[in-house]
Amino acid sequence: MTPGQLPRWVDLGLIPFLNLAAAFLVSGLVVVLIGENPLEAVQILVWGSLGYGEGIGFTLFYATNFIFTGLAVAVAFHAGLFNIGGEGQAYLGGLGVAVACLAFDTVVPWYLTLPFAIIGSAAMGAAWAFIPAWLQATRGSHVVITTIMFNFIASSLMVYLLNGVLKERGSMQPETRTFEAGGRLPFLNDLFPSFGFGYAPVNLSLFVALAACVLVWLLIWRTKLGFEIRSFGANATAAVYAGISPVRTIVITMLISGGLAGMMAINEIMGSQHRLLIDFVTGYGFVGIAVALMGRAHPVGIILAAILFGMLYQGGAELSFEMPNITRDMIIVIQGLVILFAGALEYMFRPAIIRLFAPAQPLKAKEA
Amino acid sequence: MFEDFILILDSTVRLSTPLLLACLAGLYSERSGVVDIGLEGKMLGAAFGAGAVAYITANAWLGLMAGIAVSVSLGLLHGFASISNRGNQIVSGVAINFLAAGLTALLGQTWFRQGGRTPALPEGGRFTDIAWPFAEQIRDVPVIGPIYTELLSSHNILVYAAFLAVPLTWWVLFRTRFGLRLRAVGENPAAVDTAGISVTWLRYRAVIACGILCGFAGAYLSIAQGAGFGVNMTAGKGFIALAALIFAKWRPASAMLTCLLFGFLDAVAIRMQGQEVPGIGEIPVQFFQALPYILTVILLAGFIGKAIPPKAAGIPYLKERS
Repeated sequence: MTPGQLPRWVDLGLIPFLNLAAAFLVSGLVVVLIGENPLEAVQILVWGSLGYGEGIGFTLFYATNFIFTGLAVAVAFHAGLFNIGGEGQAYLGGLGVAVACLAFDTVVPWYLTLPFAIIGSAAMGAAWAFIPAWLQATRGSHVVITTIMFNFIASSLMVYLLNGVLKERGSMQPETRTFEAGGRLPFLNDLFPSFGFGYAPVNLSLFVALAACVLVWLLIWRTKLGFEIRSFGANATAAVYAGISPVRTIVITMLISGGLAGMMAINEIMGSQHRLLIDFVTGYGFVGIAVALMGRAHPVGIILAAILFGMLYQGGAELSFEMPNITRDMIIVIQGLVILFAGALEYMFRPAIIRLFAPAQPLKAKEA
Repeated sequence: MFEDFILILDSTVRLSTPLLLACLAGLYSERSGVVDIGLEGKMLGAAFGAGAVAYITANAWLGLMAGIAVSVSLGLLHGFASISNRGNQIVSGVAINFLAAGLTALLGQTWFRQGGRTPALPEGGRFTDIAWPFAEQIRDVPVIGPIYTELLSSHNILVYAAFLAVPLTWWVLFRTRFGLRLRAVGENPAAVDTAGISVTWLRYRAVIACGILCGFAGAYLSIAQGAGFGVNMTAGKGFIALAALIFAKWRPASAMLTCLLFGFLDAVAIRMQGQEVPGIGEIPVQFFQALPYILTVILLAGFIGKAIPPKAAGIPYLKERS
């Protein structure tokens, strides 16, 4: 069952499509179980997420988060690492953004704060990924376990900070003060009023995310470092023989991954909330796993998958409004099913499809 | 002072019970080579199943059965994905956590209309505390009295079950043929396969055992410690159990001690809230909450011994190249 057994379009197109179809089919059954009409639900979901300007705006806003966390997981995948700590890295990234914004928001306009916010978020996210990376590289402690632990440590640390030094004086809420204009990214609705995004919080960080996609593509497929990362992921032993340092590759890959996860906070904190608050990540880091899996760890795939998940988030919100029986938890169920079918059960349909295609390619099948 | 200490130990026992059950559950699975980060999801599913059925039938035992059934089904799903389909075990575990979190809240709201919670349990729907004989009479005896009445007596049956599961697990894993094979399949599945024993069936049995124990853990939360299911009531306990499993280096007795330690930290954190420690000042609650994870990372770093997982953990077994 090597990749070469099937035509490319089947591997990259048909199989992901079948997996996704299976996930949605089961989701439909869940909707039936609740006693609602799944076709009607799909209609509401699609209309709510793509049917009007504001809906599209929200979809793109959520997609921005997913692009960052999806890229984070994908970069680590290429080195054969599983960064499950996007949640904690993004949370800490929020700290980096907030420090930049709190320091500069009254002094300079937003476009001068933004570079510092990007550096701050990426640095904090990377720092949070550093210890797990270093332990994996030098001590062999499994990065999956350590990053899970770091998610919980991040959560405790941020609650502590937001209840202490970061809290606005005289306020009871565990959050920082609201940023002034210099710490707020412009909404796309203000830049392009003709799109009619309305009150949707989609903002300039969408372009930061798209730029990150291009940079990740360049890094992975067009640089020496990217080659080292992919070689190490494909066959660590061979890579070491070829002179690639495992410690360096693991640490650098995880730093990039953590940095990308941390940058998710730019969209949430500087783009939408305009203050640092508790639990702003709420699962985006974990969904990044699903996005990376569905997008086959390629930036283009990740953008498509991120938009799909953005649609689920926004459409799901609309759905819970129109059909009160289907609460927002339905989105979590669908995400779970997508992760299950596109990730864990990735190979379920393969044997059948290989049999289906085998007669068409007798030569190749024999070779395999 | 002594009374306080006994009270902290008493809540330590209560708080470590679900951790211990889930930790032993993970022990079976991981010893057989199936990594399980879906402990959290299985516990949550079981808590919901137990809460719902115990409410409807007013029978705690039926609730427990339902919890186990839910948890075992999720375990079989994990097995189907990671044993039969040789999928990524981590991804499958993440999926199960998502599914459990979403489905429990969604179905809870649909069936009971209380924001995802199950209604308060009726009489008989809950495992109540069992008073040991003469507990009341010797309450006032110094030292022995409080230890007997508070610490040993007056827990519900699942607490005792959890602590009895420790020697049982040890016996099954280290003194039976099944246990020997189970450990072997986690270290070197090819050797087990060569001996003519089915790797798949062994791992499935391990996953089922894991499901049963997670079922106990979940039921404990909703129908023994609590009186009904609440949305996301596991709140990361499955992950603490996972940390405890690593901290215990995949051994039953150490698992119990680690879970007691983590439960103790939790109990102290609750106790210390808003209190000054002489010389240090107030220690933030968050520090105690993070401590189990920090300790586990330090252990993983190799500063307190070395945690070596079962050799074949996380690797799907491929019988022959195709």
